[in-house]
Amino acid sequence: MSLVKETDYGTPASKSENKVTLTIDGVSVTVPEGTSIMRAAMEVGTEIPKLCATDSLKAFGSCRLCVVEIDGRYGTPASCTTPVLPGMTVHTQTPRLAAIRRGVMELYISDHPLDCLTCAANGDCELQTMAGAVGLRDVRYGYDGANHVFARSRVDGKANFEWMPKDESNPYFTYDPSKCIVCNRCVRACEETQGTFALTIDGRGFDSRVSPGMAEAFMESECVSCGACVQACPTATLTEKSVIAIGQPEHSEVTTCAYCGVGCTFKAEMRGEEIVRMVPWKDGKANHGHSCIKGRFAYGYALHKERITSPMIRDKATDPWRVVSWDEAIAFAADRFKTIIETHGKRSVGVITSSRCSNEETYLVQKLTRAGFGNNNTDTCARVCHSPTGYGLNQAFGTSAGTQDFDSVDDSDVILVIGANPTDAHPVFGSRMKKRLREGAKLIVVDPRRIDLVRSPHIEANYHLALKPGTNVAIVTALAHVIVKEGLVNEAFVRERCDWDEFQDWAAFVSDERNSPEEVEKLSGVPAEDIRAAARLYATGGRAAIYYGLGVTEHSQGSTTVMAIANLAMATGNLGRRGVGVNPLRGQNNVQGSCDMGSFPHELPGYRHISNEAARKSFEEAWGVTLDNEPGLRIPNMFDAAIAGEFKGLYCQGEDILQSDPDTKHVSRALEAMECVIVQDLFLNETAHYAHVFLPGASFLEKDGTFTNAERRIQRIRKVMSPKNGYGDWEITQMLAKAFGLDWSYSHPSEIMDEIARLTPTFKNVSYEKLDKDGSVQWPCNDAAPEGMPIMHIDGFTRGKGKFVITEYVPTDEKTGPRFPLLLTTGRILSQYNVGAQTRRTENSQWHPEDVLEIHPHDAELRGVRDGDWVRIASRAGEITLHAKVTDRVAAGVVYTTFHHPLSQANVVTTDNSDWATNCPEYKVTAVQISPSNGPTEWQEQYRELSDNARRIAAE
Amino acid sequence: MSHNPAEKLVKMANQIGKFFAAQRHSDAVAGTAEHLKKFWDPRMRAGIIDHVAHGGAGLDEVPLQAVQKLAGK
Repeated sequence: MSLVKETDYGTPASKSENKVTLTIDGVSVTVPEGTSIMRAAMEVGTEIPKLCATDSLKAFGSCRLCVVEIDGRYGTPASCTTPVLPGMTVHTQTPRLAAIRRGVMELYISDHPLDCLTCAANGDCELQTMAGAVGLRDVRYGYDGANHVFARSRVDGKANFEWMPKDESNPYFTYDPSKCIVCNRCVRACEETQGTFALTIDGRGFDSRVSPGMAEAFMESECVSCGACVQACPTATLTEKSVIAIGQPEHSEVTTCAYCGVGCTFKAEMRGEEIVRMVPWKDGKANHGHSCIKGRFAYGYALHKERITSPMIRDKATDPWRVVSWDEAIAFAADRFKTIIETHGKRSVGVITSSRCSNEETYLVQKLTRAGFGNNNTDTCARVCHSPTGYGLNQAFGTSAGTQDFDSVDDSDVILVIGANPTDAHPVFGSRMKKRLREGAKLIVVDPRRIDLVRSPHIEANYHLALKPGTNVAIVTALAHVIVKEGLVNEAFVRERCDWDEFQDWAAFVSDERNSPEEVEKLSGVPAEDIRAAARLYATGGRAAIYYGLGVTEHSQGSTTVMAIANLAMATGNLGRRGVGVNPLRGQNNVQGSCDMGSFPHELPGYRHISNEAARKSFEEAWGVTLDNEPGLRIPNMFDAAIAGEFKGLYCQGEDILQSDPDTKHVSRALEAMECVIVQDLFLNETAHYAHVFLPGASFLEKDGTFTNAERRIQRIRKVMSPKNGYGDWEITQMLAKAFGLDWSYSHPSEIMDEIARLTPTFKNVSYEKLDKDGSVQWPCNDAAPEGMPIMHIDGFTRGKGKFVITEYVPTDEKTGPRFPLLLTTGRILSQYNVGAQTRRTENSQWHPEDVLEIHPHDAELRGVRDGDWVRIASRAGEITLHAKVTDRVAAGVVYTTFHHPLSQANVVTTDNSDWATNCPEYKVTAVQISPSNGPTEWQEQYRELSDNARRIAAE
Repeated sequence: MSHNPAEKLVKMANQIGKFFAAQRHSDAVAGTAEHLKKFWDPRMRAGIIDHVAHGGAGLDEVPLQAVQKLAGK
């Protein structure tokens, strides 16, 4: 094994289709028009010395090291900023160039410490490499003059005010100004790649310094710790603290991030089995070398001291845990499940997987249920996030997936973001979107809260429709009303691609006066004029793309809104090409994959309903069993059945249902009612309080597998260290299956994928071999689309004709009134992830140590609440206490919080209302009352005690 | 918060019925019945059928007919 090396071409690739031929050092080169000389040279393997250039950033031309000579031209132009021309003859090394470069390097090094041997970047420093490349042998200027290197003058020992101390405020990287060569790469990365504009160059000439914010420490500045600047830095100025602590890595493997649905690929850079750092992979098609704070830095949870690495069992959930052997734990679990099935029937047990698990893991767990337990009680946490996407898009288009790849956004002219907060929840795609917006694309945001996209440096939404939570259907239907009434429908598209009769019914429905912006203004609080203007922009602004998230799905009409969104895209012909489409932003890394793998109780892998005889038969033949042809229980139904005494055993892999599912008291009652709860996880999570068997899981660094991201892209995760618990999760499920008498003999996850490909038409050509060769593939990948399908529905919809569905607005039962006058909505923030099981066990908590309640100044004042006060949040379901943050990001009448911390228990207040079609919980709308408080509620205090008790482990 | 099983099933069935009742291109009762058959597990269907056998209190017309249709099969 060795380090995965990436070629740095110095400047970005040109997209031109015209070719230019020139000669570089006697070698003929043909490249696209607009390519720089630097890049053209690198294409034929000639590396022109450079410091300020790197191919992720636009050419800047400041270091003067990349100069070349061109026949027939005066001077020595910079090769990074000079485009190629036909017939050009370029020389990259002449005595004149060598002298210039050596002189430039000599000046750089005259203001740089010569501590290479003890420097963290030793072996990975472009300055060091360039000094070698240009043959620098001497620095004539010495260090006695003005410099940024020494704290005190070498002449008289007086303080050197040009010197600045190291900034170690960020927990993940350091900024050492004494090593900075002011190449601007960090500043440009913050602007061009990340789009945060947290860095700048302060001062001029010799006084120029990289400055976070207004010359603040990194942690005090606007920096979001994405790591782009660290990645771009050619010296040790910005360095990962892990590299300082460990040293340079010696080998690396490409793997996929286990956080959000963007699916960034990283090089896990290693020393033996010790991870040195995660570096975003340039060839990753989802992230193109960019990262966020979570994927780049927050992997420390895998090594956290609270990780459990031995199996444990207990007779009753109130007993302390007993550490046992794997054999004993598996036998205990299997015996209990067998007894339950014998006593209560085969439908009395079930499974829940997390969408954090790999495709292979979720496939095996649903197979265990179907083939082993003989029922279809299998669900995945996609139930509580994007199940309405599955239902809605399947109705409209015939397939349950986003229509585009992420790259498609580069061609969008109008971006409509509904109920999604990409810069926090899908940060790497958020940065892509911001880049396109800075290039001039128009933006419409539909969100009750003023998310960062609405207004942040160099980004401003053209329209922000700040609707009242729960009125999505009304707003989207009102947009359609304007489009139909004002004749903005793309009739040619609709006639060709969609069912014309259904369209006409739909058009008549949306045209009804009750769906007009003026009527909808009364429900939603959004000015009718804004609705009209947004609709016109979406319909007439060019290529228009819709991106949506859980603010759409997690409502009582989640599925209806998804269909309303599909209607909009079909009516305006915004489907089937680049720059357009309907794009669900998936919350977790493998939401798409876990749904694809048949984790839902009503369908087999590949979205085939369990009542489909032919599909069922193919699995029955492969697995040698008879399958139940009735749909099984969904997560909320499992809880209801448990409370009714009819559901007794649950195998829960990687999901913390107690913290993440709504109406916590209801969930805990359900768990309490079960006779055997098996939890497979890295940590004793909240659900484990009620468990009888704990099977320690492996982190994504410790096993092989695949994840499928929001753009249907299947990517590998690769094992870079031995599992601390001894087994990959797929092996644990296999042990359990064997204890159930199933004859499984997988020796590697690739064999599981081979089985998936054999049994799932849309995955027919997927294999580890193909993924290793191509890096990734977007399903469908079969004989019809051997290389996968970046953009779907190009010539027609999967289902045939696109289906317009009537989307009648039905107000949620969760209504405000005198007792509960405010609407609570929930969401995520950048540094934490979901239930926080991973990120809370990293330094990310420095950014977000607790969940807080955002409340509008008007509502706060009415209740005598000041910023930072404890407030009590009471709903029909329960009450909790949080600290208040008074802000006008939320409208009056709306309050907002996150659910990343278990002790804050945000889901104690959310209700059991759910989407009509899928039972996806209505997390986004809860009627609440807020009042000042002295501290945590009784429930929160009791819960803390319960947690401590439940986590007891008996001494051996 | 209703944790009464029948009450919860009735609420869910009414939600489904409201969606299909709004469709102009398909039969609301058939659509609702089909949805219940495709997405509700047998225990839940038995629960709502039983509720209808005991009078079906609280069920809207469309889901009521849909459940009767299911029960008839």
